[in-house]
Amino acid sequence: MMPIKPSEITPKAVFEARRDFMRGAGGALLAALWPGWLSAGEKWPDVKASAYKLDEELTPYKSVTEYNNFYEFGTSKDDPAARAASLNIRPWTVAVEGEVRKPKVFDIAELLKLAPQEERIYRLRCVEAWSMVVPWLGYSLAELLKRVEPTGNAKYVEFVSLHDTAQMPGQKYPVLDWPYREGLRIDEAMHPLTLLTFGLYGELLPKQNGAPIRVVVPWKYGFKSAKSIVKIRLVEKPPLTSWMKAGPSEYGFYANVNPDVDHPRWSQAKERRLGEFLKRKTLPFNGYAEQVAGLYSGMDLRENF
Amino acid sequence: MSWKNPSSKRIAALKVTLFTAALVPLAKLGHAAYTDSLGANPIEKITHLTGYWALTFLLITLSATPLRLLTGWSWWLRLRRMLGLFAFFYALLHVLTYLVLDQFFDWPAIAEDVFKRPYITVGFSVFLILLALAATSTNAMVRRLGGKRWQALHRWVYVAACGGVAHFIWLVKKDLTRPLTFAAILGLLLIVRLSRLLHSDK
Repeated sequence: MMPIKPSEITPKAVFEARRDFMRGAGGALLAALWPGWLSAGEKWPDVKASAYKLDEELTPYKSVTEYNNFYEFGTSKDDPAARAASLNIRPWTVAVEGEVRKPKVFDIAELLKLAPQEERIYRLRCVEAWSMVVPWLGYSLAELLKRVEPTGNAKYVEFVSLHDTAQMPGQKYPVLDWPYREGLRIDEAMHPLTLLTFGLYGELLPKQNGAPIRVVVPWKYGFKSAKSIVKIRLVEKPPLTSWMKAGPSEYGFYANVNPDVDHPRWSQAKERRLGEFLKRKTLPFNGYAEQVAGLYSGMDLRENF
Repeated sequence: MSWKNPSSKRIAALKVTLFTAALVPLAKLGHAAYTDSLGANPIEKITHLTGYWALTFLLITLSATPLRLLTGWSWWLRLRRMLGLFAFFYALLHVLTYLVLDQFFDWPAIAEDVFKRPYITVGFSVFLILLALAATSTNAMVRRLGGKRWQALHRWVYVAACGGVAHFIWLVKKDLTRPLTFAAILGLLLIVRLSRLLHSDK
């Protein structure tokens, strides 16, 4: 065998710089043409700085992407990461319809470019009393809703997730009434904090986290943040959500994070931030009271839980 | 040597095997903790696993009598005490996980849980029953209490098993597959006994 001359070996630094350059150039080119080409592991180009940052430690990527409630793929926390590969996220469209002047079926590529992607670091509080801090990528849902021009009758927004037992094996079991449905009041949906979400940790959203498109409503329990959305309907009456159907006395329409209102079977006063040993006190509206408490002035949040 | 009347040596060997096997779940849990592979929420996982094994050993314990009835071998009963003590052992780990790892001695929160949340009320009661049964499990205690009273006390194991299954059903958010599997097995074990009782009445 011929020995390799030292002069023929590319120094590691040069090799890596070249790779970085190609990755950057290739990524930017692809993103410009078709942002949907980004794949898991690739960093998102052109992320806009956001005012929504937290001075709290981020939950590790591994925890965020391997500990999920996504019953479409099974009811164990590790089912989604193990089984979500069967989900097909291209092609993908989202129909926005109902009480709007300009109903439209959006292609995912169009949605990705509809407004600048921002990184927002939000707390996520699950109704099961664990929590995370996640750097999401997306833009305010209001950006999308404005474009379809809601009519005066649009009082609520309903989100419908994908229903396809071939792609979502958990839907073979009637754990919930499929498809998954969630809803917000129109002012909640238009609130700048409500994020139409396409990514996390600077990357495209992993399938187990609700790819290719989900919402994140940081002041509500996690289940309010519908995943793998295919339809957004603006409606006049409050939609009946999947969890309300499953347990009307346990899951209300609002589901605002509230340490003073217990779930019938467990306390909501404290939570365990994943990765921490001691529980911490849960904050009203998950720490977003300043921004959102006004939405509920005059309402009894024990009744409207 | 037949399986109907094994030698005491054979029973002793069986007990050692069973004892070792009963420690496997603990060893696996310890290994997972050591290698940091309990997932994103290790405390939740430890709570679930210890609870699962407590209930499993309780049902295995309760299967001694049905196995005796079905096989005609009476030595199943000679394994029962050890199995019952393992059920208590895993229940103890389960409760300690809750008190120490989950609540970290937050007594007000623990008291609120025990008195306000039915599934914890039930779970805690089940633990107290198992504690009483474990404490009176020695031969000396059988003699002290007298056979009849001892037996009456130990019939509470049925209450404990039903309570344990109810505790599991109650805490699950939606998917009842696993707790209902436990309920079905418990039902089967009770039916075997019940049919025997009805038979002997005739």
